[in-house]
Amino acid sequence: MTNLMTGAEMVVRALRDQGVETIFGYPGGAVLPIYDALFHQKHIKHVLVRHEQGAAHAAEGFARSSGKAGVLLVTSGPGATNAVTGLTDALMDSIPVVCITGQVPTHLIGSDAFQECDTVGITRHCTKHNYLVRQIEDLSRVLHEAFYVAQNGRPGPVVVDIPKDVQFAIGTYTGPRNIEHKTYRPKLDGDPDRIEKAVLLMAAARRPIFYTGGGIINSGPEASRLLREFATLTGFPLTSTLMGLGAYPASGKNWLGMLGMHGTYEANNAMHGCDLMIAIGARFDDRITGRLDAFSPGSKKIHIDIDPSSINKNVKVDLGIVGDCAHVLRQLLDAWRSRQLAPDKMALAKWWAQIDKWRTRRSLAFKGSDEVIKPQYAVQRLYELTKARDTYITTEVGQHQMWAAQHYHFEAPNRWMTSGGLGTMGYGLPAAIGVQMAHPDALVIDIAGEASILMNIQELSTAAQYRLPVKIFILNNEYMGMVRQWQELLHDSRYSHSYSEALPDFVKLADAYGAHGIRCSDPAKLDDAIMEMLEVPKTVIFDCVVDKTENCLPMIPSGKAHNEMILPGHDAEIETAIDAAGKMLV
Amino acid sequence: MNAPAAPLSPYSSALGKPNIEVHTLSVLVDNEPGVLARVVGLFSGRGYNIESLTVAEVAHAEHLSRITIVTSGTPEAIEQIGHQLERLVPIHKVTDLTLRGNAVERELAMIKVAGTGQDRDEALRLADAFRARVIDASIESFVFELTGAVGKIDQFIELMRPIGLVEVSRTGVAAMSRGPSQT
Repeated sequence: MTNLMTGAEMVVRALRDQGVETIFGYPGGAVLPIYDALFHQKHIKHVLVRHEQGAAHAAEGFARSSGKAGVLLVTSGPGATNAVTGLTDALMDSIPVVCITGQVPTHLIGSDAFQECDTVGITRHCTKHNYLVRQIEDLSRVLHEAFYVAQNGRPGPVVVDIPKDVQFAIGTYTGPRNIEHKTYRPKLDGDPDRIEKAVLLMAAARRPIFYTGGGIINSGPEASRLLREFATLTGFPLTSTLMGLGAYPASGKNWLGMLGMHGTYEANNAMHGCDLMIAIGARFDDRITGRLDAFSPGSKKIHIDIDPSSINKNVKVDLGIVGDCAHVLRQLLDAWRSRQLAPDKMALAKWWAQIDKWRTRRSLAFKGSDEVIKPQYAVQRLYELTKARDTYITTEVGQHQMWAAQHYHFEAPNRWMTSGGLGTMGYGLPAAIGVQMAHPDALVIDIAGEASILMNIQELSTAAQYRLPVKIFILNNEYMGMVRQWQELLHDSRYSHSYSEALPDFVKLADAYGAHGIRCSDPAKLDDAIMEMLEVPKTVIFDCVVDKTENCLPMIPSGKAHNEMILPGHDAEIETAIDAAGKMLV
Repeated sequence: MNAPAAPLSPYSSALGKPNIEVHTLSVLVDNEPGVLARVVGLFSGRGYNIESLTVAEVAHAEHLSRITIVTSGTPEAIEQIGHQLERLVPIHKVTDLTLRGNAVERELAMIKVAGTGQDRDEALRLADAFRARVIDASIESFVFELTGAVGKIDQFIELMRPIGLVEVSRTGVAAMSRGPSQT
């Protein structure tokens, strides 16, 4: 094969050399040469989305569920700006995504040409890095570098903006060498002195806790395996952020459930009362810490993160270790074993006894009903009926997302795709499409809300075109539920514009797209309806009509500390629990 | 605000008086399009301060530029600024010269002063004392060129104000560590 080719051919060749088999995209004037190059080959499958935001989320879902980089291809101007939300989402959740955008020809840049926008300017703040390739000589290097930057260190989205004349230009292609980037070389191993200090702190701890996050998932399956090994070896309790669910199995002995604003009572109280916190691949987000000045006041904190800027950003820690989660966990395990350390068993037993006491509060409990489907019950049943299968879950954003996190239990990493940092409604359906493309035979379910699903409902058409059997499980309470909940709690139940007026008939909508529609509002019929959803070998929209006014609990009211949670059955307390300062917080 | 009288923990920067420091950062970057926008965008996007900023190519063959930024913030914020800068892909090295504590810092300023008679004499006398050079003169004005530490320039400008200060143009700080090793 000759290495002399057009820029457009280089793009396709570089994707192939990077091991890319699936890309998500939408054609347009400024990417036509690349689409033509795609037309002439069979190695890369292109999935035509219906909106570029969908392409970005699909690439995220693909990446998050497979551990590979997700790729999208969009045109200039509106193609690029439509992708911005998805790129920002990938930046916030550290998802490796490479986005190739077409650009107007170099001689037209800056002239306000048709479908021109300053793509690198616009995406500078929502990508890990971006490139405008002005000459063919740079193209193959930049493409390979984009994959390197997206996947190494803290992963993130990278944009490569390619003007149309560069796509037509002819140049010499160079393949991916094992590039050592001239400036970007993330540190993988932790500092040995700090590793020693960390294991000594752990051996001396009386009330320790592992607080783990999405970094473990990003690091790869080995990090999850090592985490499990370490947790078993030490017997320390473990909690996780929303993004980290699945790194440690929900059935595991040390599992306390998710922490944070809608985390369990035991997880949050253990975080508040611990004397040693070992944060691994988590970033002390405000949904996790609650009120900062009352966050885990009595503990020493170890923070392991590949991004030095995460350490001491929100919470000052006692021992920061910069490195990849898997590398550092391996180092910690080795140090723990070689020093023949052991946990303080007596203290640990006391600590677990305290945690068990907190557990008796059953913070995820809810009042069941024979008449109306409780949303938590719907997720529970969905879990019970799908847990034995090869299942991947995506979500939209809102109450249903939190109920899914609380009541669907994950045993393995990469099974849970959700928009954590940015909180993007409309993420779940395109993400599910991306997951299904990566795992054609798996069961992929988007747990959705009726408001969120409408934000990218056009992707139903994509699912139909590629015959993707994704299941869209809508917890339909006819409200933007989380907005309604906050209005109830903070604004005296003035439900300003949060009612989902003029909803479509989701069953008919499914029909219109050639999908299968199911509606269920009777708790007694729920299991059969879910089984029907699972058995139908095509796209399904499940309109699960649930209790309209259920609140998502437990909850740390904004501006409050971890030990000031509101538990189920105490909804009324929240109104008075949030003071003026708390109302200012989101 | 209902901040508690005794802080429950030392972790919130919202508690107590913020301890604002001024630091000079020396940032070595690839001289490529957009690199300055990345740096400046980082400061505006994350709400950091820029007191002054200078940038120019310093090694042509290697395509390296040096950006010198004078910024202010709490010690925690300044540490965070350093880490955030290091995350940017085209950045080679970030050095906090203030933290290192052994740097020379200089700024160049042009100061235009207008006046006649005694004011002219006074302006020239002061310029001489500050070792400012006259780089333009007319019958009723001077443009002085002055190089020095920021404080010295500030002081000179204040002295010129009553005499007939017209306008000032300053380069911002350029800085470098002392001794034989690289900044």
